[in-house]
Amino acid sequence: MTNVIKLRKGLDIKVKGAPTTDKVAVKSAALYALMPDDFYGVTPKVVVKPEDHVEAGGALFIDKNHPEVKFVSPVSGTVKSVTRGARRKVMNVTVLPDTEQVARDFGVQNIASMDAKSVQALLMESGLFGYFRQRPYDVVPDPSIKPRAIFVSAFDSAPLAPDFEIVLKGQETVFQAGLDALAKIAQTYLGVSVRQSSAALTAAKNVEINYFDGAHPAGLVGVQINQVAPVNKGEVVWTIGAEEVLFIGRLMTTGKVDFTRLIALTGEGTKQTGYAEVVVGAQIESFASNMELAGDAMRIISGNVLTGDQVQRDGFLGAHSTQLAVIPENADPDEPFGWIMPRFNQFSVNRSYFSWLFGKKEYSFDARIKGSERHMIMSGEYDAVFPMDILPEFLLKAIIAGNIDEMEALGIYEVAPEDFALCEFVCSSKVEVQRIVREGLDMLRDEMC
Amino acid sequence: MKALRNYFNKIKPNFEEGGKLHAFRSVFDGFETFLFVPNDTAKKGSHIHDAMDSKRMMSIVVLALVPALLFGMYNIGYQNAAAAGKLAETSFWSLFIYGFIAVLPKLIVSYVVGLGIEFVVAQWKNEEIHEGFLVSGILIPMIIPVECPLWILAVATAFAVIFAKEIFGGTGMNIFNVALVTRAFLFFSYPTAMSGDKVWVATKSIFGLGYDLPDGYSGATSLGHALAGHADAFDMNMVWGLIPGSIGETSVIAIVIGAILLLVTGIASWKTMLSVFVGGAVMAFGFNVMGLTDNAMAMMPWYQHLVVGGFCFGAVFMATDPVTSARTETGKYIFGFLIGVMAIVIRVLNPGYPEGMMLAILLMNIFAPLMDYYVVQANISKRLKRVKSNV
Repeated sequence: MTNVIKLRKGLDIKVKGAPTTDKVAVKSAALYALMPDDFYGVTPKVVVKPEDHVEAGGALFIDKNHPEVKFVSPVSGTVKSVTRGARRKVMNVTVLPDTEQVARDFGVQNIASMDAKSVQALLMESGLFGYFRQRPYDVVPDPSIKPRAIFVSAFDSAPLAPDFEIVLKGQETVFQAGLDALAKIAQTYLGVSVRQSSAALTAAKNVEINYFDGAHPAGLVGVQINQVAPVNKGEVVWTIGAEEVLFIGRLMTTGKVDFTRLIALTGEGTKQTGYAEVVVGAQIESFASNMELAGDAMRIISGNVLTGDQVQRDGFLGAHSTQLAVIPENADPDEPFGWIMPRFNQFSVNRSYFSWLFGKKEYSFDARIKGSERHMIMSGEYDAVFPMDILPEFLLKAIIAGNIDEMEALGIYEVAPEDFALCEFVCSSKVEVQRIVREGLDMLRDEMC
Repeated sequence: MKALRNYFNKIKPNFEEGGKLHAFRSVFDGFETFLFVPNDTAKKGSHIHDAMDSKRMMSIVVLALVPALLFGMYNIGYQNAAAAGKLAETSFWSLFIYGFIAVLPKLIVSYVVGLGIEFVVAQWKNEEIHEGFLVSGILIPMIIPVECPLWILAVATAFAVIFAKEIFGGTGMNIFNVALVTRAFLFFSYPTAMSGDKVWVATKSIFGLGYDLPDGYSGATSLGHALAGHADAFDMNMVWGLIPGSIGETSVIAIVIGAILLLVTGIASWKTMLSVFVGGAVMAFGFNVMGLTDNAMAMMPWYQHLVVGGFCFGAVFMATDPVTSARTETGKYIFGFLIGVMAIVIRVLNPGYPEGMMLAILLMNIFAPLMDYYVVQANISKRLKRVKSNV
């Protein structure tokens, strides 16, 4: 390991319910759905009607602005409904799975003989292009702009995150095929943790490997980009999850899309934590028997506890989610005198709590905000958990003020809301940091595009 | 607690929109969140949150101020008895209780006036009550002389809360430290109640405690002596705090206890705090070396400069106010250092009044955004340079 990048800032939050390495059996879902909200920045145009039959890999909706970018059904089956919300916004397209799964055949590819254009065209047709994210703006990329680079983080440092090496086991060649395909499009960077030893990662070919050592958010691709080659104004880079590289690899090696992924079932509301094999978009109901929900007392989160989305039992696993976490909604209603009690069972980075004395102890976290929103009072809170060469507080203030020039100058092109999740966690003024960053990115995008 | 919760649930509808006590909604909210951690759960963004909030933060600062406040009470009794020459025959408790009774009305006035305004503003703006005044409210009585009349204190507190805080948007948006604006208002509007040699020692007995001192009794502070041209020699009472001065500022020991709490919890920045002391020490040492023999203040040893007057108190509790100090990490060093330097410069070079800490901090409050501006610009130009080198 030559190029180890050591990150001193960050925070590993020890949440109860870390996944064991066991495989957990889950029921196969009775309903699947693809949600346009998972593909941020896309204006969906639904191309199926209820009762239509689709194959796995058949388009459910397309991007209105770039019709060549398709979003495909993860399973073969019958379209059940197109759910619309306020102002007729498409919330999801649901599919009742067939008992016999059939997948559309895109043909086995010889990656070596492909060029950037043909790889990209295949990914757009097969619905995998939508799994890319683009910086700036943290949206699904504009296919007409060639990226400067593609970044993949091979480890997830978020609380309760699955270990990618476990997910990777047995799929090493597929992963390499995925990386090969990415490398055709643009220079590809793979971020590997110093704790990872799998040869598929440390000896990956056609990519530039950088090693990272540090607490969360070391595994966030945004942090890795900032350390390796920051995004400048006018540049575009793409990012994609390591587990989605597997999707690409499978498409290349088998000719068929296969949205099966190994997700972690985590959190103290999960009966047996571990890894479960599921298909993207599975209905949460199918996991209910793996959870102790106790009515409304528990919160189900598709994704990790810092950046995921709250889902109901009739909701669906998000397209990007690598874990399903269950935490209490409110473990201690009407807790008295929070401002002065010692609160030994509470975690805080602040030493007015005692968690700094207990080291590795795991804490039960519930979904309470544990305070009320104020103007930013403390300074330097964000800096301690933000290992990028950006001043988070000042960037946020520029966004709140709607000052586009200053946002640009302070580096908004380099960030995504998830990079600020820890800032939101530690904020003693309880500012909704991720929402503000999202608004800033949207504001800028409206202005620029 | 359960019964209390039920009672709150019962009366809550009265305070909601359309309820007959809606005009007191902010007061109800304030008490409810004071008793119970809010039950609000995260809707968007991070699902889990750190247990720290601004209520706890302010409470820790108040806690850190308590040793200095208690010592200040004792010192009031001590100074009164010492002036009357009856120290030997007065018990510890009567000294303390005398001081307690002398300070209590000031605390009450400060909190009632300040929080009253906060409640009204919160109601008017339909916001929750900001906790910032919990700290300002205890700071204000601690940085005034014991003989300061209550009505003046009330006027000054009202002025500071309204014009130094609320018109800027409340806690977190203010440019100047609210407690120091209170003191500055008093200092310039009612100089006779705030400086000189008549105000630092309580002169009247209260409820039979303490002693009536003769009219015209004069007890100047150590800095007052130095300004008049005859500096006191350094002695340990300056460290313990058994000297005349503003109520909370005298005891270095009590302030250090508070400082430890603030630094361990990380609520005050060690960068700011350390820099103030370094700045003060460097500047005072510089004056010592210069040898301005006709200026007693300049000749006062540098370590004595740091322990007398409001230097320690200002460095620990006022300069470190996160809202009004520099917010960038580099800025904090500069901010603190210049406060230390300016405080000593004002002490030594101005002929009018002995103390410089208050004006130094207020002055640097003005410049804090400028310091941050340059630190932020450095980050911005680094980013611009990167773009250029890439082209």
